[in-house]
Amino acid sequence: MNQKEDKLVIGGHEFTSRFILGSGKYDLELIRAAVEYAGAEMITLALRRVNTSEDNILGYIPEGVTLLPNTSGARNADEAVRIARLAREAGCGDFVKVEVIHDSKYLLPDNYETVKATERLAEEGFIVMPYMYPDLNAARDLQNAGAAAVMPLGAPIGSNKGLCTKEFIQILIDEIDLPVIVDAGIGRPSQACEAMEMGAAAVMANTAIATAGDIPAMASAFRSAIEAGRTAYLAGMGRVLGTGASASSPLTGFLSE
Amino acid sequence: MLTEEKNRKRYPESSMEYLPDMEVLEDSSVMKEVLDAMNGYSPDCYTQEDVKAALGKDSLSPDDFGALLSPAAEPLLEEMAQRALQETRKHFGNSVYLFTPLYISNYCENYCVYCGFNCHNKIRRAKLNAEEIEKEMKAIAETGLEEILILTGESRKMSDVKYIGEACRIAKKYFRLIGLEVYPMNSDEYAYLHECGADFVTVFQETYDAAKYETLHLGGHKRVFPYRLCAQERAIRGGMRGVGFAALLGLSDFRKDAFATGMHAMLIQKKYPHAEIAFSCPRLRPTVNHDDISPKDVHERQLLQVILAYRIFMPFAGITISTREGKNFRDHVIGLAATKISAGVSTGIGSHVEEIDEKGDEQFVISDERSVDEVYRAVKERGLQPVMNDYVYV
Repeated sequence: MNQKEDKLVIGGHEFTSRFILGSGKYDLELIRAAVEYAGAEMITLALRRVNTSEDNILGYIPEGVTLLPNTSGARNADEAVRIARLAREAGCGDFVKVEVIHDSKYLLPDNYETVKATERLAEEGFIVMPYMYPDLNAARDLQNAGAAAVMPLGAPIGSNKGLCTKEFIQILIDEIDLPVIVDAGIGRPSQACEAMEMGAAAVMANTAIATAGDIPAMASAFRSAIEAGRTAYLAGMGRVLGTGASASSPLTGFLSE
Repeated sequence: MLTEEKNRKRYPESSMEYLPDMEVLEDSSVMKEVLDAMNGYSPDCYTQEDVKAALGKDSLSPDDFGALLSPAAEPLLEEMAQRALQETRKHFGNSVYLFTPLYISNYCENYCVYCGFNCHNKIRRAKLNAEEIEKEMKAIAETGLEEILILTGESRKMSDVKYIGEACRIAKKYFRLIGLEVYPMNSDEYAYLHECGADFVTVFQETYDAAKYETLHLGGHKRVFPYRLCAQERAIRGGMRGVGFAALLGLSDFRKDAFATGMHAMLIQKKYPHAEIAFSCPRLRPTVNHDDISPKDVHERQLLQVILAYRIFMPFAGITISTREGKNFRDHVIGLAATKISAGVSTGIGSHVEEIDEKGDEQFVISDERSVDEVYRAVKERGLQPVMNDYVYV
């Protein structure tokens, strides 16, 4: 398939790029690099980081880039809903990445509160992209609650440890009829590539690029890795599974008819 | 032909029309998805490479399943068996579940041209009363079995839902798991039978080829194809814990029918992830007054291919192997792919205790007449563990 025709569709909106830039460690150079060199068409925005001073992040978002305001700072569903509404009022559009975290040590998402917030926000017409711990039952609940995508974490946020939850993300990809976007933990282009090979719809990263020695070069490396992984997935992986040793006597020798 | 004309009057010309009182699941697209998938499946377009690629994957797509069911997979049957064995071990260990079917009535209002119970076949009809059911169940329970499958012919008149419910309540006293293989019904009726103690519903679609289905089911409620196809979904909505699927292989193109059966099970599992899924794998067998029916092209090799394909495609699903098959085949298929085996089987009415004269004829001729004890020992001799039950009714 021509990659130009291979669109990522979220909540009825089409994207060509399968890289989403996180905004935890944002600055002007990072955003520019992500858009120019990594091809990002969607950038998250922590509403709690928006301020009215000169270095307002809103001023750095280039034309044609979709803002994905997140609810970081929310500790429960009520707070997430409130933050999402504020973002919409502030002109950030209908997209929202739901993040509910009430664990300050590991910053792991609370799936239960996330489902509740997703249900309410979807009812209010938001395009909801929940950040979650990759649990199949929670993912099904999120789908039923009206989520437009699910965003399971690969490893604790900021850890750059890669796809620690690979087996569980694969289950979500196999079972959930929504784009599965791997969020958090991706530390290297090779890990982004691996997620895409598995069938992830997109990858989100921030720290990996923000902390690189050469930000534009790393942004460009991520772009290539994500495209390579996507192409491999679409091409259909070759045979990779070993079937192990064969039984010494055949299992089908008993057939008589 | 007179009878057929009479049937035509009572039942719609088209087998696709629901009769009054039949619940329609307006919101479900499962049937359409199953039939679309089957119509898009061409068994002859696969190569051995496709089959090898499918066997090389951790989890298989519908297209991979199609490859395993294709003629191209026949030379790779041994490779399929190796993979199936791994999956069976992974998901079931060495457990093999034992059960027995109990036929409580063989009255039938349907005219299915291939079946020994059909309403135009001159057989002895009978149904057991509550006392007889209890005697039969008691005798079966004494063999050590804890799971029973209650069967009736498809007659709402002679074996109504209340009658089946009563049988379930009696069964509850003697067994820990009660399955049903009776006519399809509405979800509220399934809910009632669940309350009575039944927890698993199996409905054989016979064939998913709607045109062929119409020519084989000439009269009776069973003529209504979509009502039958949606039975599992209604059973789950009625609260049943699990559902079983089957095509009677040999009625139509068995590869397409097996493909549709697998897709049906997959789509139901996807939609109702809590439901337990099982397959049965019947093929045509000689029936009373119809000795001329042959199993067409479904020989043991093809039957095994279908069973292995089910196992590899849905490794977590139960697979039941019936007494339609002989001892040698059954003993080799358990543990390899099948997980449940019937024992001490009679398909006649009232044949488990001597004081009830067997009063109704059997539905089909069985090929494995071993007692529960004999099957139990055969399972053990293969290094497998016979399990009577691992189930809690809630």
